[in-house]
Amino acid sequence: MKTWLTTTDHKRIGLLYFWTAFGFFLIGGLEALIIRAQLARPDGGLGVSAETFNQLFTMHGTTMVFLALMPLSAAFFNFMIPLQIGARDVAFPRLNAFSYWVFLLGGLFLNASFIAGPLFGADRLSVAPDAGWFGYENLTSRQFSPGPNVDFWLLGLQILGIASLAAGFNFIVTILNMRAPGMRMLRLPPFTWMTLITQFLVITAFPVITVALVLLMFDRFFGTHFFVPQGGGDPILWQHLFWMFGHPEVYILILPAMGIVSEVLPTFSKKPLFGYTVVVYSGVVIAFLGWSVWSHHMFSSGLGPIADSVFAGTTMLIAIPTGVKIFNWIGTLWGGQIRFTTSLLFAVGFIAMFIIGGLSGVSHASAPSDLQQTDTYYVVAHIHYVLFGGTILGLFAGMYYWWPKMTGRLLSESLGKVHFWLTMIGMNLAFFPMHFSGLLGMPRRIYTYSSELGVTGFNQASTIGAFLIGLATLVFVWNLLRTRWQPISAPHNPWGGATLEWAIPSPPPVYNFTVIPTVESRMPLWQTERHAPMRPLPERPPAPIHVPGGSWWPLITATGLPVMAIGALSHVIPVVLAGAAVVIVGIYRWAYEPFEM
Amino acid sequence: MTHGSAHAHEAGAGAHRTSMGLDSRKMAFWAFIGSECLLFGSLISTYLVYKGRSLTGPFPHEILNIPFTSFSTFDLLMSSLAMVLALAAVQRGDMKQGKLWLLVTALLGLVFLAGQFWEFSHFVREGLGLTTNLFGSTFYVLTGTHGAHVTVGVIWLLTLWVQALRGKLGPANAMTVEITGLYWHFVDVVWIVIFTVVYLIQ
Repeated sequence: MKTWLTTTDHKRIGLLYFWTAFGFFLIGGLEALIIRAQLARPDGGLGVSAETFNQLFTMHGTTMVFLALMPLSAAFFNFMIPLQIGARDVAFPRLNAFSYWVFLLGGLFLNASFIAGPLFGADRLSVAPDAGWFGYENLTSRQFSPGPNVDFWLLGLQILGIASLAAGFNFIVTILNMRAPGMRMLRLPPFTWMTLITQFLVITAFPVITVALVLLMFDRFFGTHFFVPQGGGDPILWQHLFWMFGHPEVYILILPAMGIVSEVLPTFSKKPLFGYTVVVYSGVVIAFLGWSVWSHHMFSSGLGPIADSVFAGTTMLIAIPTGVKIFNWIGTLWGGQIRFTTSLLFAVGFIAMFIIGGLSGVSHASAPSDLQQTDTYYVVAHIHYVLFGGTILGLFAGMYYWWPKMTGRLLSESLGKVHFWLTMIGMNLAFFPMHFSGLLGMPRRIYTYSSELGVTGFNQASTIGAFLIGLATLVFVWNLLRTRWQPISAPHNPWGGATLEWAIPSPPPVYNFTVIPTVESRMPLWQTERHAPMRPLPERPPAPIHVPGGSWWPLITATGLPVMAIGALSHVIPVVLAGAAVVIVGIYRWAYEPFEM
Repeated sequence: MTHGSAHAHEAGAGAHRTSMGLDSRKMAFWAFIGSECLLFGSLISTYLVYKGRSLTGPFPHEILNIPFTSFSTFDLLMSSLAMVLALAAVQRGDMKQGKLWLLVTALLGLVFLAGQFWEFSHFVREGLGLTTNLFGSTFYVLTGTHGAHVTVGVIWLLTLWVQALRGKLGPANAMTVEITGLYWHFVDVVWIVIFTVVYLIQ
């Protein structure tokens, strides 16, 4: 227990990220199922109140984006990046532990709002955030949201932002600076490349939402008028700041999944990634363009024809590098010796579903058609095709691919296939009809609808689909737990992968590599035209390897942040100061603690 | 901010050979500075968006004192010079000079903060509070965020100075001083932008 609390081992931190994020994924999924159950019947549905429904969809969105998808990607960054680049750990192991603890505590803080009502004198148990995951002004102003709900949201997101930023600096330096000899930038595995690009987006996008949240905090706590029209403020400024973060965030969510797919497809086609360099550069171009499209979320706010045209144009441009990647993935499969493992099925599912999500995305890029789609279920369909059909299928591909490396145990392929097909059927049944209910005029985020709208059938299909996804997830959980009860040991390289993580035992020893390998090709474990496969590493380290010990200070420093947030939430200044004192003492002890690497 | 100063001290990270030949802590700090540019960029943009949109006074031209703030700006620029001298002294192992210039840098930072404190309290007496108008809100949040950065820098410099007094800072830790300097110069450059945008171009 103590060794887990003080660990600075990137592999253990990766597992902690995985289980924590997976737990939040289940919570977010449960919220979605209650939403879908409520919408199965028109005219009042199951009787979930409008207030509860608002909390459910807000927490579903916030949880999935910040507590499930980003940290599930982070689980793979943590576990795989040092292995893929031939390093013994990340550049700053204690900072890495700090990121994890801040993420965990931030997530718990946000979810504590479900039971914190009595503490704030509310007449109900739950005071969860209820203004939507992008918290539009002026719904979030003190005038229209007087309770602590939005305070939980804005403080929780600020805490989580610190975790993401710290991890961002850490992984940028790790990837640029900790590579094994010979691991040139254009020999990095595509997952590592996409991680690097993602982290650049993280460190540039998160400061913008931090500012937006700080301004919102000043409005709510200190009575300023940044977003309040009565004082001359402009609610649209919130939308600009939020989406200037929010659109890069979309790529923060999808690029890691693209990286995973770019690892899985070559391995199971026994072919190098088609157009590796172009895939890498397309990722870079997507990230650059991702900064220039934010206002396409705001066409309905009346920006004027010139702004609308420019943002429509840049948005359509993004389809080009994305399309390039899709053709490269298909090109990788083309003519390969394909093995239909569960991991490959999910990767191919990713391509197919992401194309559908991409196409509906292009249809929002056109401002006139977007005006018909804004705030309807059509948009809900789009986001779920890209984030479920894209990111989550990609992450599942990664879980089946890397689970043996992470735990040393193989997942069941037959259960995996049940999981895959149930997921595919479920997600299409859940999300495809939303295109129709949306175009027929069903608004998003509404707790019930009239039977006269003619969307009851579509909603029932969506609900059945959502519960199929729930069932599929249970199969997956069973599959994960089964590897504990009926373990099947995995060899070093169960899939015949080409990258360095497959050169070492599953699970890897604490020092990762007995000898730091020297890399001569982009696919070190494969026979290529010019290079023989790398020679196996020695079984035992020829020289003693120093492994850094643990540290309490990352955990202790991290606990100061939610304490500060609790103080701010309850307007008790001494608690804020106590939290700040914990952070300051933690940083000093951390900085002057002997910690040899 | 907290994590920035935290990883800057990560012991030993720079001791190993690195792929880019650049100390890992220094690289992390450059990334951190890049991130901070977006933070200040967003705040400065907010200031510019709301420029001239205050519904009630006091308005900027009625209250901003350019001669006084020019002095503060000069003081902060001189602190950057002192920082350069401190780093040079530590790098050549002249800890007597190193201690002196670290302290001078910190004191010049404190003078700047005292000026900001005086300026803020003067403005409040003149009737410009945080919530008076958009100018007040954007002005205090922008310059206050910068002041918070200066405060962190002063604490950091004084920490190094105390370390030097206890004989625990030498040429071997020159990288720590260099990173502190990066932070300090960055905060200084941000002030020059703020001074230009807020005070000079009204």
